Amino acid sequence: MIEVQHLTQRFGDFTAVDDLSFDVRPGEVLGFLGPNGAGKSTTMKMITGFLPPTSGRVRIFGEDIARQPVAVKQRLGYLPEGAPAWGEMTVLGFLRFIGAVRGLSGNALSQRLQQVVAQTELQEVLRQPVHTLSKGFRRRTGLAQALLHDPDILILDEPTDGLDPNQKQQVRDLISNLAEDKIVIISTHILEEVSAVCSRAMIIARGRKVADCTPAELEAKSRYHQAVAVRFQQPVQAAAVFAALPGVTEVDEMENGRSYLLLPQPGARLYHDVSEVIDRHGWQVDTLHIERGRLDDVFRQLTGI
Amino acid sequence: MSALLSICKREWSAYFSTPVAYVFVVIFLMMAAAFTFYLGNFYDRGQADLLPFFNFHPWLYLFFMPAIAMGLWSQERQLGTIELLLTLPLTLTQAVLGKFLAAWLFAGLALLLTFPLWLTVNYLGNPDNGVILASYLGSWLMAGAFLAVGSCMSALSRNQIVAFILTVLVCFILMLSGFPMVLDVFRGWSSEAVTDFIAGLSFISHFQALARGVVDIRDVLYFVLVIVVWLTACIQILTVKKAR
Repeated sequence: MIEVQHLTQRFGDFTAVDDLSFDVRPGEVLGFLGPNGAGKSTTMKMITGFLPPTSGRVRIFGEDIARQPVAVKQRLGYLPEGAPAWGEMTVLGFLRFIGAVRGLSGNALSQRLQQVVAQTELQEVLRQPVHTLSKGFRRRTGLAQALLHDPDILILDEPTDGLDPNQKQQVRDLISNLAEDKIVIISTHILEEVSAVCSRAMIIARGRKVADCTPAELEAKSRYHQAVAVRFQQPVQAAAVFAALPGVTEVDEMENGRSYLLLPQPGARLYHDVSEVIDRHGWQVDTLHIERGRLDDVFRQLTGI
Repeated sequence: MSALLSICKREWSAYFSTPVAYVFVVIFLMMAAAFTFYLGNFYDRGQADLLPFFNFHPWLYLFFMPAIAMGLWSQERQLGTIELLLTLPLTLTQAVLGKFLAAWLFAGLALLLTFPLWLTVNYLGNPDNGVILASYLGSWLMAGAFLAVGSCMSALSRNQIVAFILTVLVCFILMLSGFPMVLDVFRGWSSEAVTDFIAGLSFISHFQALARGVVDIRDVLYFVLVIVVWLTACIQILTVKKAR
């Protein structure tokens, strides 16, 4: 378990992280969200013991990282921002070095190497120097390094940044597959990622926590949550009809009346009434669906200035 | 301990991963020979020893050791790998020592490769090889002092060139403090004790005896102390500056 208590980091006059407190339990995948410069990476640097906090503390499985840094770091796997690695080393050499520093050797090291290389699909580049790798392979090398000692806690700073959609999916699958009894914290500014892999989402803005809930609850904060989107086969004059329905606060007409978006009052369910009124008028529907909520909308609302 | 050795090993192989190390060693050997034969009048002296060789080591090291040390920490900070390195289960002291050790061993290798000079002097005469061995060890110890200063300066800047220039500057001051031109400035107005103290800080005055193969424990202690002090400073600087 990770306990973060009143964590604060100041750089001169600038407060990067401001009195942040939260706990993370085994099995949780926590997504750190926030605009650039919100303090995500700084928080991660403090949790991993790289950066000593200005005030507050981090306890990992009951041990204070400031007091037992080496013991605590042994249980952490960390992918720093930008997946730094020594360019002149081969992928294999790099992973072997990390393993050696982490106290792995002989059979145990070979076994773990095999496992993470398979997990991160690095076989084809094992003998290549890191500086020749594409962004995707480089990031996966960083991931392999973090996974190598099978840590209880994984802290990944933007693990999918710079990957193509297929690679992103691979990394998300990887994270979902290992999450069972581990603690995973990932930072990202890709919002779908949170719904895809996280069991919990935390939004940070200007160093402060502005939301901490499940991705579904986050979606529910959106004004588009439970909104009904309809697209007709031909344009129809439906704006007035839709606006008259109970629970509708706003009707957005798009494509000259071919599609509409109906925003609900909080808690209102519109779908049934909308489909009924469409049937009654005999309008030919192309698509009709309920929106889950738009995370980017919530994100802007919570982090906007 | 194994973490320290792993870091040392990594750093050591990093030196040889590019042609720079080979070029460096070759230039070092050429310069060492040039100093010995041309400036040191190796032949004309008519003595079977390597004093002309060792006497120039402080000057040789003034530019070569900063080049070995300049990347030690500045590069880690530049590439961001410092974050990876220092979140591994090891202490900052282990990391600093491991890297320093690799640099020191590399300097030792360059020094060892000057063995043809030793062969030459043995071919030409009957030198005291015990003295030569002691001089080699003394020289290697002094190289460690230069590299400790270099480690510390390398921690100060992300830029290797800045680290190099700072190291040369600091080492130059440390060398010169034993020279008459510096000491004369103080001799005019300050007490004998102050002048002696400033002279006592000098690499050169402590190396003079070692170069002749005279191992005075005070000279050895001086260089060990210089190494310890500068590496401690390096650790302190990294503690403060690692994340900026």
